[in-house]
Amino acid sequence: MTTLDKAPPRTTVPSRPEARRGQQPRQIAGIRLPDVLAVGGALAAALTTTGLLWTQLAPFTGIIGYVALTWCLFVLFYAVLVSLDQNRTTMRDRVASVVVHSLGALVALALAYVIVYTFYRGWNALKHANFYTHDLSRTGPLDPLTKGGLIHAVVGTLWEVGIAMAIAIPLGLLTAVFLHEVPGRLSRFVRTVVNAMTALPDILAGLFIYATLILIFGVGFSGVAAGCALAVTALPIVCRAADVVLRLVPGGLTEASYALGSAQWRTVLHVTLPTARSGLATAVILGTARAIGETAPVLVCAGVTGYVNANPLHGPMMSLPLLAYISVQSPEPNEIARGFGAAATLLVLVLLLFAIARVIGGRGPGQLTAGQLRRRAARSRRDLARFARLDAEAAGYPGEGS
Amino acid sequence: MVTRDSSVDEEPTSEFHAQGPPARRNLTARLSPSDLAFRGIARSGGVLVLILMVGVGSFLAYRAGQALHKAGWSFLPTQAWNPDGGGFGIAAVLVGTILIALVAIVVAVPLALGAALYISEYAPRRIQRGLVSLIDLMAAVPSIVYGLWGFFFLEWRMTSLSRWINDWFFWIPLFKVNGVDRHSTQPTATFYTSSTFIAGVVVALMVIPIACSIMREAFSQAPVSEREGAYALGATRWGMIRAVVLPFAKGAMIGGTMLGLGRALGETIAVALIISPVFVIQPHILQSGTSSISSLIALKWPEATPFGVSALMAAGLALFALTLVVNYLAAIIVSRSRSGAASEA
Repeated sequence: MTTLDKAPPRTTVPSRPEARRGQQPRQIAGIRLPDVLAVGGALAAALTTTGLLWTQLAPFTGIIGYVALTWCLFVLFYAVLVSLDQNRTTMRDRVASVVVHSLGALVALALAYVIVYTFYRGWNALKHANFYTHDLSRTGPLDPLTKGGLIHAVVGTLWEVGIAMAIAIPLGLLTAVFLHEVPGRLSRFVRTVVNAMTALPDILAGLFIYATLILIFGVGFSGVAAGCALAVTALPIVCRAADVVLRLVPGGLTEASYALGSAQWRTVLHVTLPTARSGLATAVILGTARAIGETAPVLVCAGVTGYVNANPLHGPMMSLPLLAYISVQSPEPNEIARGFGAAATLLVLVLLLFAIARVIGGRGPGQLTAGQLRRRAARSRRDLARFARLDAEAAGYPGEGS
Repeated sequence: MVTRDSSVDEEPTSEFHAQGPPARRNLTARLSPSDLAFRGIARSGGVLVLILMVGVGSFLAYRAGQALHKAGWSFLPTQAWNPDGGGFGIAAVLVGTILIALVAIVVAVPLALGAALYISEYAPRRIQRGLVSLIDLMAAVPSIVYGLWGFFFLEWRMTSLSRWINDWFFWIPLFKVNGVDRHSTQPTATFYTSSTFIAGVVVALMVIPIACSIMREAFSQAPVSEREGAYALGATRWGMIRAVVLPFAKGAMIGGTMLGLGRALGETIAVALIISPVFVIQPHILQSGTSSISSLIALKWPEATPFGVSALMAAGLALFALTLVVNYLAAIIVSRSRSGAASEA
């Protein structure tokens, strides 16, 4: 009893150790100072060492070699610098990161350089307005760039690609629907063949059309023959890309459609295809971009001319890639500039198609644009009003209810 | 609404109660006429595409028959290409085609692998989508544009590199160049232009996007749980990539490389612009002069006689068989791999 009076039970509170002064939360993301110093130091060391080698010590020349050696030395120095204050595993991680980053940058740089170089070399031809409005029928290789243009090639390209896509888009999409909706041994085989044909050498498509349309059916070198050859190249691409997109359509949506009792073709038409619309558009545009740029099938099937030929059924028809290919083989600088101008125009067409593909595609299946969302909301509101009306009618005739 | 639902529900429930355990239901759907028609149309589309694709091979074979019949087995070992007099064969062009493709693959695969790893593992989320469409754009750039770049820009820049390789690695037979002195100060650039090496580098630019997009797709499918497991065990990012991502995508990496090889074998215009055709087997990849099947067709086409056309068709048939085998193997490898298992529906 006395103990109780003396010491009432209390919770013991352990004395908390004084919080260490100056402790910071550890930074796990973002850029740290030692990293920046290591990269900068390694870069400086590599540049100066290579500079010393190139200018003073070794008989090396050439900018490519300079850059390549600088890069190798940079990786080496960076590895050493990091390993001064980190362990081996971290060092390996950092070096791998540097290598992967620089490989990625090199690919992007190469692409950018190819595009910029084409415009740079073609600029002399591109800056003249007549380049877009005239053809080459009265222009020789020696004529200045203020004469002649590529309108005949633009007309030819548009005709040929139009014919090609008029064949390839419906057939490609239909086949993609077949691969997706009618599974079985046949569709597996078709898929394998189509996949293998995606990398069909473009010139073989031209030879095929030459062997059939031109030699057997006597069509002659024309826009139609070239368009068919381009269709053969574009078909597997459209088909494969569309097949991949259709596979991404959520199963729940189609199952919901079947559960509501709709037939397969209705489900395909009203659920599967609209859901995958943006992806299908991308597939179509990728195929078009490929068809526009193909030279070899056109070379085999369309013939060469300097005149505007707006009749795809008869007579040779020029196209942009073929014009570029033929022009640059001339030794005349003006003709080479025309070739680069044609290539740059072609590139603009491809970039344009790509921009369109990014705008309308680029969304996953089922993701809608703002306009589509608005329209869907409006449809829902109309349905709601209709149901309300139906319910009111049902309430008006109690005999039919319950 | 309620009334309709209940009327639909009624029948199966009453049946269920009446018969106790339900009999095994027949699950095969009976197709309505409209669906039968739909399937018929879809199937005919598929069959049409199949016929078209098979037709490419069979018509090439049909047209090549005349030349093959005349040349017989000498078609394979002959190096020269004189269909209208003397012999013709694909030994030289076939070796050239394969060498160009191999150079392209050796250059392209590390770059494609690096770019794919960067996009799927290192790039910030914001720019990832943009980078993917950049690679798509790279695939869509016309081959003539790459060809022009290679012909007018790269060729003269690469000669110093070719020369350097020849100076220091001449003892490897592949890198030997006949007719030049090592370390000579004379300008000998023309010995190095129009070579297998330069053509291969340009073709590599066209192979990169194909290989890269397949690899990236596979990398991004590596299961998150395994990635997090690796991190939880203390792996660095590179450790995680080596332990999880690369093994997971091994099949796709091989398959993507082979699809790229298929593209490289068939590339026409860029190669035709760059190389200067010779019809002997050219094993020295740095030396000027080589040839490939597709560029042979493109270059000889305008001046070919009817029999010459048949001979070119025979060369095309050889290319067709080669690419078909490579692509088919690639497709099988991709679909058998773990990362591609989902793609074979």
